[in-house]
Formats: sequence, structure tokens, C-alpha cells
Amino acid sequence: MPDFAAPSAQASTARPARVADLFWAFNRLALQGFGGVLPVAQRELVERLHWLTREQFLELLSLSQVLPGPNIINLGLILGDRFLGWRGGVAAVAGLMLAPTALVLALAVAATQFSGVPQVSGALRGMGIVAAGLILSTALKLAPGLQHNIVGRPAAAALVTLTVLAIGGLRWPLAAVVLGLGAVAVAWAWRRSAT
Amino acid sequence: MMGWSAIVWGPLGIGLSEWTQLFLHFTTLSLLAVGGAIATVPDMQRFVVEDKGWLSDAQFSNCIALGQAAPGPNVLFVAVIGFSVGGLAGVLATLSGTLLPSTTLALAASRWGNRNQLSRGLRAFTSGLAPLTIGLLLATGWILLQPVGWHWQPALLVAGTLLLMMRTRLSPLWAIAAGALAGAMGWV
Repeated sequence: MPDFAAPSAQASTARPARVADLFWAFNRLALQGFGGVLPVAQRELVERLHWLTREQFLELLSLSQVLPGPNIINLGLILGDRFLGWRGGVAAVAGLMLAPTALVLALAVAATQFSGVPQVSGALRGMGIVAAGLILSTALKLAPGLQHNIVGRPAAAALVTLTVLAIGGLRWPLAAVVLGLGAVAVAWAWRRSAT
Repeated sequence: MMGWSAIVWGPLGIGLSEWTQLFLHFTTLSLLAVGGAIATVPDMQRFVVEDKGWLSDAQFSNCIALGQAAPGPNVLFVAVIGFSVGGLAGVLATLSGTLLPSTTLALAASRWGNRNQLSRGLRAFTSGLAPLTIGLLLATGWILLQPVGWHWQPALLVAGTLLLMMRTRLSPLWAIAAGALAGAMGWV
């Protein structure tokens, strides 16, 4: 087992004994998470199950955020893998995905079935507008963090603007923007971090 | 009623060639999802709606809305897009396409990466991409609102959602419920 599970001053006190424990723990926290599972994950894994200390959770979270892909999926996978090997990782991801996927597909079938009813199509339309608002609010909540970004405030503002225009306005492919503009941004951050 | 064939292969009845295209496109987006899966929505919309014409603008927005209305990881909307395009086969294409590359990388990075120090390279990587992530989220909101059009009622609903999320600690479920109600009553 890597250093992660080694006892320390504030070691977590418990750990999953079986692969099934991981599945059920992540299944339970996924079903509680409306509009984001991460806050629930912190409560369940740290406060209820004591599988992680707060510090271990933060370390795992920042690693999951740096990696591409859904943060909570990365977190479950890495945690499961560190406790019980790749089977543990797979069990955690399956726990996160299986029941919610079944639920959301049942919802999609129902929505298709009743799409002729004006109230249903209207409700979906209203939910879509709110969904857009929720995504915009995530952007606005993250924006203040850019003030301390090493690229500097003017460069950060320019990068945000260029990304919005290239993706939202010009509809360029994501690969072109992330590999082109993203490479410039990372190179700029690298240069600025030397001083 | 929705027949079994529509549930397994989707309303369009996709074939192997479409399935492969769907899978491959979502695979290429997987490692580009630096701000989470939602940041790749503009590119999914470009592919599924504009290039392929598999879904209309409104159907695509419905997928995102349903994904947000259900409990679970935010990435669930990817399953709904897959289902709307190609039934359960489509779900397999979009979900495995989205998850396989990123989870493989995460496992490799966790096992062999140096996680004890935040190196200069890693810091440059995360700092450089942070503004792009925010730009991608803003573009996603913009694209999802385009089929709605610029009227005061939807604008009010967006403003209310922003206010609820920025100023209170209420669950986003309340905003979604309010949106569903406003839509069902024909207000937006």
C-alpha cells in the first residue's frame, strides 16, 4: 500500500474491507448529490465513514481536478484503487454511475413519452434555461480565483474573452482551442512562474 | 409509445458507422475535459447538432436539463445525449468514450505520478488552463441559451438562478424545480 494509507498523526480511522463496501458507499453518496456530488463526498468519506482525513480528501481532490475528466469520477477511481486495487476503483466508479444513469434514462424515456404534452415540453424548456444559469453561476463563482492566477489579471481576462469568442461565437473545435490557446496560456504561465 | 428498438438503438436507429463516430468523437473530448465534462458541451453540440443533425437545438438543451435534474455526477448528461441519439447503444458509446481515456490517465497518474509536490510544470498547467475553463463554462451557458432567444422572461429566470446560486446556500434543485414550474405554466 502506498504512503497514502500509512498511519500518521491524523490518520483516517477506517477503511473499506471489501470491494462491495466501495460500491455501496459511492452509490449512496451519488444518489444524494443533486447538482454536484463533491460536497456530499466530503461529508460521507471524511465525516461519516472516516475513510479519509480532511487533508487527505483535499489532496485527492486537487489531484482529481488537475486531471482531465469528471472530478468525482477521478476521485472515486483513485480512492478505490488506493484501498483495494483496480477492482476497488472500478467498484467506486460503478457505484457512482449505475443507479444515477438508470434514473436519468428513466427520466429521459418519460420525457420523450410525454413530449407532446405542452406542459412537459414547457417544463423541459424552463429546466434548460435554469441549467444554463447554473453553468454560468459556476463560471462566476470560479472567476475571482483568477485574480491570483500567475498569468496575471490582464492575460487571464484576455484568455477568458478569447475562449468565449472562439467557442461560443466562432464555434471552433475544442481541440483547436485547448491545444492552441491552451498551449500559449500554459507556456505564458510557465514563463511567469520563473520570476 | 417508445418501442424496444428505439430504446436499444435510438429513435434514429443508428448503425455501426454512426456508433463508431459517436464513440470516437466523445473519446477525443475526454482528455480535453480540463474543466470537467460540462466544458466540452459546446463541442458536443457542434458535433451532434450542427455537423450531424442527429438532435435539434432544443433536444440537445433538454439533455443537459435532464442531466442536471437527476442526482449523481454532472457527467450524467453525456448518457442522456447518447440515449437521445442512439438509445442504450448510444449511452455505451458516449459514456465509455467520455470515461475510458480520462480514467485510464487518472489511474496511471495516481500510481506513478509524483503527487507529493506541486511542481512548477503542474502549476503552470493548472494556472494556464484555469481562464480557459471559465471561458468554456461561459460559452456553454451562451450556447444553451441561444435556442431560447433574447426575451425578458428567460432572462429573468437566468438572473434568478444566478442570484440563488451566488447569494444563498440553497440546493440547485430548487432552481430547477422553479424552472420546470415556470416552463409548465408557459411563463418562459
